[in-house]
Amino acid sequence: MDKLKTPRLLIAAAIFYAVVQVLILTGVLNGYLVVIINRSLVFVILAVSLNLINGITGQFSLGHMGFAAVGAYVSGTITSTPLIFGAMKLNPHLFTDNVIFLAAIVIGGFGAAVVGFLIGFPSLRLKGDYLAIVTLGFGEIIRTILNNIQYVGGPRGLLGIPKFSNFTVIFCFTFLTIVLLRNLVQSSHGRAMLSIRENELASELSGVDTTKYKVLGFVIGAFFAGIAGGLLAHLLQIAHPTQYGFYASALILIMVYAGGIGSLTGSIIAAFSLTFLTEGLRIGIDWLRDSVGIPIGTEWTMVVYALLLILIMLFRTEGLMGMRESKLLIIEEKKV
Amino acid sequence: MGSIFSLQQIVNGLQLGAIYALIALGYTMVYGIVRLINFAHGDFFMVGAYAAYGAFYLFNFFLPPGHFMAFVVLILAMAGGGAVALLANKFAYKPLRYKPKLSSLVTAIGVSMLLEYTFSALPLIGPSPRGFPELLEKRMFTIGSAQVSNYVMIDLFVAAVLMIGLTFLIQKTALGRAMRAVSQDKDAAKLMGIDVEKVISFTFLIGGSFAGAAGLLAGLTYPRIQPYMGILPGLKAFIAAVLGGIGNVPGAVLGAFIMGIAETCATAYNSLLGEGIAFVILIVVLLLRPNGILGEKTADKI
Repeated sequence: MDKLKTPRLLIAAAIFYAVVQVLILTGVLNGYLVVIINRSLVFVILAVSLNLINGITGQFSLGHMGFAAVGAYVSGTITSTPLIFGAMKLNPHLFTDNVIFLAAIVIGGFGAAVVGFLIGFPSLRLKGDYLAIVTLGFGEIIRTILNNIQYVGGPRGLLGIPKFSNFTVIFCFTFLTIVLLRNLVQSSHGRAMLSIRENELASELSGVDTTKYKVLGFVIGAFFAGIAGGLLAHLLQIAHPTQYGFYASALILIMVYAGGIGSLTGSIIAAFSLTFLTEGLRIGIDWLRDSVGIPIGTEWTMVVYALLLILIMLFRTEGLMGMRESKLLIIEEKKV
Repeated sequence: MGSIFSLQQIVNGLQLGAIYALIALGYTMVYGIVRLINFAHGDFFMVGAYAAYGAFYLFNFFLPPGHFMAFVVLILAMAGGGAVALLANKFAYKPLRYKPKLSSLVTAIGVSMLLEYTFSALPLIGPSPRGFPELLEKRMFTIGSAQVSNYVMIDLFVAAVLMIGLTFLIQKTALGRAMRAVSQDKDAAKLMGIDVEKVISFTFLIGGSFAGAAGLLAGLTYPRIQPYMGILPGLKAFIAAVLGGIGNVPGAVLGAFIMGIAETCATAYNSLLGEGIAFVILIVVLLLRPNGILGEKTADKI
């Protein structure tokens, strides 16, 4: 009865969704906690998609938030520009608000994928750490460009994005991302990507088209980052260049390495834990400053994260989960 | 077009290039020896600038302003950059020397973030920019059509002296020979009785102190320092090192001067282009000549 194994993930997800939805409807979770849960889910998308690049394919991207920025600005421009929105509204039965929103998110994802291809193709042809530096530069460049395009608000950010994201929408996208990436990783394409991580030269000698799979992994990762960016923009109702800087990219990087490179389960757990930890640290710092009177700033949050990253690397290089996956995320092979 | 490639822009470009060169040397030397892109290198540059800032206000009380005091500040800036590089090597990079390369890279990012955020979190330093003191009186000269300040000459002079010293060290001393040996083959060098860890520490010390010197020069030339000042110059200096051929010492200097001139000329044309030119150069180099101008193509060893 191996075919019945797969729905376990669906059941687990349905239970999670039902519990959170009931807690929201009964008012146990206040608006603040719902926002944190939504953010955690968006970070799950970002972390698992970065894990595809850094963990599964063994490359090194440092500008993941740059792709999220592309997704956020593209989808946000579509939904916040009355002209585009109005044109699509010409057929109100076919193009309801929700359809336009979903289309905008997906178009944002494709925009990020195109940019990912343009960045990835020249740098992934090479072996080594070039991708790291290219993507770091890309993150800075995209911020500079966004700061200078007045049409999308420049340094003020893109304002007036309608609030379309809610728990249900974000949850569905997160679930789909996890399922699609799980299926990819455990397919023959995923095996090819893993072989690049393990030994690129051996993989190439075994006939794997390494450049193709490196670029493919990178583009797919960028696509999902774009989706996450779009969701985030429609959750916060603003897209701002500073949201997508190196700081944010580094946070996702920490999630991937804390969770375990190559483990989607680890990325999911780490995305949730670190999002809550960020809020906890913020509350703690506010408390120390306002109630105890120690004059400390929010920079200490990042000091904690930097130390966390170094300590994980020094003492538990493989991260929380190593390369293991939860049973929920393993596709059982059919017995022949 | 005349104004974009004018003598003035070339002079400004050389000045910027001298600062990039000092940073790029550290990148390229560390990469040559341990094959690590030391992301924190730009922050060693920042630490150097703050060390110089602190040294100035410390010695202001008992030293007369002038060239001797500037020299003392330079030494302390170099000591600051070198010390932090040594510490980073000892506590963050050395334990991971024989683990997969990506772990060191991630740790380097951690070190970089730690330095930036600790500096902006410390109450004495803080996140807001500070004006850098005028260490030496600024004087302007006119050479041809260009206005040249004595700071340009100081920047170029300090960079030139340090580079000549480095060339001498690498080519003529036993330590330099050991460095070259380690960069060629770490294991063989060890078998020949070279204390590899000592050579690596020394490389970090030199690279860090050069970045520290660059921090002082940058503070002097563009008198504003802040904890995140190292990110962009670090990135651009790294691109300069890639342009010249990473691991190649003369290449880093050549790449840095090309980068400095390209950046000032592009900024004169359009400030957005000036921000992005480094990135354009990187993409072009990666597409056309990934080993850099002076780099050699290496084959994979199986």
